[in-house]
Amino acid sequence: MSKRTVELDLATPGLDARGQPVRVPLGVGDAPDATPPEPDLTGEHMLINLGPQHPATHGVLRLVVELDGETVVRVIPHLGYLHSGFEKLGEYRHYNQIIPLTDRTDYLSPMANNVGFALAAEKLMGIEITPRCTVLRVMACEMSRIISHMVWLGTTSIDLGAFTPFLWAFQERERIYNLQEMWTGARLTTSVTRVGGMMADIPDDFVAGLREFTQTFPRTLSEIDRVLTRNGVWVGRTQGVGALTAAEAINHSLSGPMLRASGVPYDVRRDQPYLDYETYDFDVVVGEHGDVYDRYLVRLEECSQSNRILQQALVRLPDGPVNVADPRVILPPKSRAMNDMEAMIYHFKQVMEGVKAPVGEAYVGIENPKGELGNYLVSDGSAKPVRWRIRPPSFINLSALSKMAEGHLLSDLIAINASVDIVMGEVDR
Amino acid sequence: MNPTVDALRATFGNAIGRGLESCGDTIVYVAREALLDAMTWLRDTPEQGYDYLVDVTAVEYRDRERLLEVVYQLRSLARRADLRIKVELDPHGDLTVDSVVPLWRGADWLERETYDMFGVTFRGHPDLRRILMWETYAEGYPLRKDFPLRGRFSRAEQVRQALGANPEAHYSMEELSIAEAYDELPADMKERLRHGERGKLPDTE
Repeated sequence: MSKRTVELDLATPGLDARGQPVRVPLGVGDAPDATPPEPDLTGEHMLINLGPQHPATHGVLRLVVELDGETVVRVIPHLGYLHSGFEKLGEYRHYNQIIPLTDRTDYLSPMANNVGFALAAEKLMGIEITPRCTVLRVMACEMSRIISHMVWLGTTSIDLGAFTPFLWAFQERERIYNLQEMWTGARLTTSVTRVGGMMADIPDDFVAGLREFTQTFPRTLSEIDRVLTRNGVWVGRTQGVGALTAAEAINHSLSGPMLRASGVPYDVRRDQPYLDYETYDFDVVVGEHGDVYDRYLVRLEECSQSNRILQQALVRLPDGPVNVADPRVILPPKSRAMNDMEAMIYHFKQVMEGVKAPVGEAYVGIENPKGELGNYLVSDGSAKPVRWRIRPPSFINLSALSKMAEGHLLSDLIAINASVDIVMGEVDR
Repeated sequence: MNPTVDALRATFGNAIGRGLESCGDTIVYVAREALLDAMTWLRDTPEQGYDYLVDVTAVEYRDRERLLEVVYQLRSLARRADLRIKVELDPHGDLTVDSVVPLWRGADWLERETYDMFGVTFRGHPDLRRILMWETYAEGYPLRKDFPLRGRFSRAEQVRQALGANPEAHYSMEELSIAEAYDELPADMKERLRHGERGKLPDTE
């Protein structure tokens, strides 16, 4: 019996390579040929390029992933797409002129970066800041921690398929941004500190606005907690994924929530206190398993601890000057600079020559939302640092990515990468 | 002075250079040959317990007479104590120092960055290549003091090189040797792979 065929010419999918309609056997003729054997794919590895323009890499991070089926064999990260040479630029700037550069490193927590740099410069110059300034800086750091964790929570939940927490988290972030704008005039590039003080004191409505925030923010946190913490999809995608033991976390120099989620109770705020953090009542949040789920729990709980610190700071905020009374580091008020000869000379010298730091070097690490942000300044006695080194927490945390992701599925790589909480402005600097 | 400095000197003798304090931080200079031994001792001796590597970087001074320093920030998590170790190298001579990656995996990218920015070679590093600048970057080491702020090449030359870049250069040789794309590589890249320039050849060769 001859083979019966039917002609398909309805749509292009039925065309063969030469543009002729494909003839499909109807299957009533001879037994079809034995199907060709499945190709042996074991050992065939595939190379996947993820990024640099990809929503799940959280910035211009590029990952080249070697896959065996869907299993990640190796991750090779490529960085540097956002490299701006901040450390080199800093060698050509006065200390106060570097502060705008710090905004642009970890741009999700600009105020905390400003504080970290100012503390390092003050340690180098031996300046004691005023009590009011100390409390204001604590507020700046904790506000930054909340907005940074809110961005992390929102974007990570989107990566893992939950859209609603993203909206809640960004709404809370917006309220902090309004306060930041009220204080500094900018939402992102705050440049709020100066060596020896702050750019400005807080405006009149600020305390009331922040108090209102601290009262209503826990409600959002508990809603996020209710939606995610016992959510089957969330738990399934995060528990046991990308786990690191405490010894591994220490060996990889991880810091911040990444380190604490692995069960190492190290928090710079408590263990090497700055800004009188030892006098605040807060808990260091420590995880147990070191997986993506524990990192989520640690960050969520850190938000409510930050809220506690903010409430205490609001209560204790003392009156008094914000800037130190040292005309060599703090600019005189404009009215005096225009009318008083001595003030005018100080103004001129600071603007033209900058503030000189004594010969020496100083390292200050602060607990940033991403981990320990270090500022290492080396001075040769001039008004510009010889070396300004940023110890970038998310750069170092990201370096453990291959270790965490290898052996997991490609979809888990997205969750693990999100859990590191990177910000490329800081990774690449 | 920090008791660790005396303990180091008692153990390693002349290999430990001067120890000093700046702004309350302890700094110890260690001879390049003794670095790995001293770091291992600092990490594994229970009384010291410097188990956490905070940072690796380098400092070059504006004063041309001063030596380039490779700086290690160490921390003992249990004792909450910090220590800064420095190794001095001649910026115009051999910029080589032993890698501490065998002790701390966290040093991997930090040493790569120091190599990228200062040209310091870390002996024994598993994968020492540029990290922030691209692999074919030819202008030198950006954080060195003889490197001009805007780069060595003119803006026109920088644009010309960027436009003329080989798109295959976006993958490292190692990655290309994994991919099936290996067979379609241009002959000169295959030649570079054959010379063992990073990565292994596929077994088919």
